[in-house]
Amino acid sequence: MLLIHCPYCAEERPEIEFRHAGEAHIARPDAMADLSEEAFQGYFFIRDNRKGEVFERWRHIHGCGRFFNAVRNTITDKFLATYEAGKPKPDLDALKAQKGTSA
Amino acid sequence: MDSPVGMERIHPLQNRRGASAHVGLTPAPPAIRIALRAGGDALSALSMAIGLDLPRAPKTAVVNGDGDRSVLWLGPDEWLLIDDGENGEAADLLARLAETGVLHSAVDVSHRNTAIMVTGEAAASVLAAGCPQDLSLKAFPVNACSRTVLGKIEVVIWRMADDMFRVECWRSFSDYAFAFLSEAAKDVR
Ligand SMILES: [Zn+2]
Repeated sequence: MLLIHCPYCAEERPEIEFRHAGEAHIARPDAMADLSEEAFQGYFFIRDNRKGEVFERWRHIHGCGRFFNAVRNTITDKFLATYEAGKPKPDLDALKAQKGTSA
Repeated sequence: MDSPVGMERIHPLQNRRGASAHVGLTPAPPAIRIALRAGGDALSALSMAIGLDLPRAPKTAVVNGDGDRSVLWLGPDEWLLIDDGENGEAADLLARLAETGVLHSAVDVSHRNTAIMVTGEAAASVLAAGCPQDLSLKAFPVNACSRTVLGKIEVVIWRMADDMFRVECWRSFSDYAFAFLSEAAKDVR
């Protein structure tokens, strides 16, 4: 079983306590009603779905209940980092260098 | 049933007992339970109101001197208060919290949950049959507590002693929880 570090519980916890919650760092537009249909579609539906390192939201739903962000490699399923919601995107190159992984 | 929190209610695990040579399973008596949510700036006032310091450290439970009231850290802004109900009703506690005037949410969930006491030298092994967390004393010491999973359901576990856990689960899942632990008890030797 995968162990995921929850930044709020401050420890690694078993995967089945968590739920994936989509791509991270998607800013909700301030004036949603003024968006063109295309712009709304981009915000609401279109995701990068990259192969490799992705920034995504997770929720420790059967633990502390908090949403947080994670950097995960979709090929190896390795987590490079997890961090509290609201914190800025960590620098990917620095993370990879630190973990000794390649894209 | 002689209960301070609901004379007419039937305990969802009434008369259930489970035991093997190494573990005992006992339904916990009815209790007052309050789901408490609050931000950091409200904690000292709320702690005063309940006579217990709300723990800020993850996975931590705190018990008062008389042993009749405890608060369990569930999340950075969420606690479960458990009181044996001998000194007043849930409404009294909610009123005392409300009197603080600080922003918080307190919900009486006394009858949403019930609890199973898992005791004996194999208590941790029996729980581990359905709980994915590391329940060794090193990782999960006395007064560690956590919301987690038991088989297919969500539970809150609290290690009250080396060989004693309190397993809080939702009332309607308690039959499943008790049956699950009973089965696990058969396998542990
Ligand atoms: Zn957590």
